[in-house]
Amino acid sequence: MKSLVQATIAIIVTCALLFFAAHQLEAGGTQGSKDTITVYNWGEYIDPDLIAQFTEETGIKVIYETFDSNEAMMTKVQQGGSAYDIAVPSEYMVEMMKEEDLLIPLDHSKIPNMKNIDPYFLDLAFDPGNKYTIPYFWGTVGIVFNPTMVEEHLTFESWEDLWDPTLEGKVFLVDGAREVMGMGLNSLGESLNAKDDVLLRQATDRLISLSPNIKAIIGDEITPLMINNEATVALTWSGQAADMMWENEDLDFAVPEEGSNLWFDSFVIPKTAANIDGAHAFINFMLDADVSAQNNDYVGYSTPNAAAMELMDPEVIEDERFYPSEELREKLEVYENLGLEWLGKYNEYFLEFKMSLR
Amino acid sequence: MANKAAKGPLFPYIIWIALFVIAPILLVVYYSLLDLNGNFTLANYANFFSSAYLTMTLTSFWYAFLITLFTLIVAYPTAYLLTKTKHKHLWLMFIIIPSWINLLLKTYAFIGIFGLYGPINAFAQSFGIEPTQILFTDFSFIFVAVYIFIPFMIIPIFNALDKLNPTLVYAARDLGANRITTFRRVIFPLTIEGVKSGIQVTFIPALSLFMITRLIAGNQVITLGTAIEQQFLVAQNWGMGSTIAVFLILFMVLIMLFTGQKSKGGRV
Repeated sequence: MKSLVQATIAIIVTCALLFFAAHQLEAGGTQGSKDTITVYNWGEYIDPDLIAQFTEETGIKVIYETFDSNEAMMTKVQQGGSAYDIAVPSEYMVEMMKEEDLLIPLDHSKIPNMKNIDPYFLDLAFDPGNKYTIPYFWGTVGIVFNPTMVEEHLTFESWEDLWDPTLEGKVFLVDGAREVMGMGLNSLGESLNAKDDVLLRQATDRLISLSPNIKAIIGDEITPLMINNEATVALTWSGQAADMMWENEDLDFAVPEEGSNLWFDSFVIPKTAANIDGAHAFINFMLDADVSAQNNDYVGYSTPNAAAMELMDPEVIEDERFYPSEELREKLEVYENLGLEWLGKYNEYFLEFKMSLR
Repeated sequence: MANKAAKGPLFPYIIWIALFVIAPILLVVYYSLLDLNGNFTLANYANFFSSAYLTMTLTSFWYAFLITLFTLIVAYPTAYLLTKTKHKHLWLMFIIIPSWINLLLKTYAFIGIFGLYGPINAFAQSFGIEPTQILFTDFSFIFVAVYIFIPFMIIPIFNALDKLNPTLVYAARDLGANRITTFRRVIFPLTIEGVKSGIQVTFIPALSLFMITRLIAGNQVITLGTAIEQQFLVAQNWGMGSTIAVFLILFMVLIMLFTGQKSKGGRV
């Protein structure tokens, strides 16, 4: 009994010491943050050489962390445990973070390289005047497919092609409620931001009629499956499709004409930032034409950086599949922040569709 | 158990249980009563009884049942044969070692193994069987889940069998019972507690599996675990997520009562 009490005390004392040490370390981290910044980005979303180059040029060390969904990122920023100086949310998440007052306004005078950005991508509806955001990459949602494995008449210029009876058990979808429900709405010619139970019901029924063709609804695992010719057709983001096509030259990508999603990922400085000057320096560095060109080459998504595009391989930027013309872009829609109530409904309908697969 | 000993030594455990068992469950119940705007409501419970979640509960139970059944079918004979080997603890260790490897890693490995160009299809092809996609089927899902749970089922059954007094078996044989009767009337009833704890450690986690439903079953199998994950991470509806969790806890309590041991085991 005595030894047990001693052991308990020992454990409590150790815990207290560890807490104290952790607290000291964290405090030290914030104080010494003049020469470090913490960047919180998507996985595989930057050329790691550039981080080293940034440290070399500015003397600011970069702590690099990654997330795999906007929602997970927002939750961590909200909790405020870590001093993230830069985050890279998508546009609808920017709106949510603005609502929750999680963002620090940008000082444009510290980001002179903003001039490199194509004005088309500035002053967008989700952030008028770019008060909080600087665009990083953009892209679309579309269909990646293997022309050697599908019937010739399937070009996927229309969503209708997914319903083709020859594709039974061959279609893969990305595991995202907005993407899949959006596809259902688009295939009916409706807006992917619809807030209407009747339309969502119709879209769900339309999707359920697709279920014989669905093989699986998965996440990033689709990339190796497409590369290895194990999957034939997949609904995915343009950048992911670019990765697949880089590895497997047979693959092709199409954005159906009825319309689809156009998305933007942007740099923001969250409220958790400890080194705001360093964060501005990092954003400015990433917008440099040479840096951006190198980064675009590595990441493979579409860049809003006009100056960088001039330095890139013309074959890449003339590819309409990844750099759709402005006329085509008119048909694409940006996700609006639906609010939690409607987001929940999208989720419930998506769940209903998933359950119809069996 | 604690009739004579002073309550002092129990103190740390009481704190532990209060902080890490009671408080979280109360929090889950509390959140389940909140709507999106943080107002008290019973709407989440009403929503649960709408058809989608009830169907999902039934599917979860059905798959958990199948997984437990097949795990038991594999694990019982294995445990039985293990007790008959010479170096039984060594063999047991060989069976347990794979469970030290990270679950996610093993699951990813199965994606390769079951793939269209994976070893299984290559093997089938050498017999002239056309390669088929084994991934994203009921078969692959149950196979991988069973594979994951086998060690957890074997251990309690092995322990029960190991403790079984062999003279009882000899006595049964002496008194004229054949092998099947001996097993049915002596061995199995005496090891039923081991089977029960094996079922507990398999059935309960199987109810809330969510990662391999996506990786191996391609979301064609939807369990309550998937729904909880989505409610918290995507829909950010903590209330609904908590409500599903409350029902999951209730189901688990029921299962514990169902398979409960006479002496309060509580080993999960």
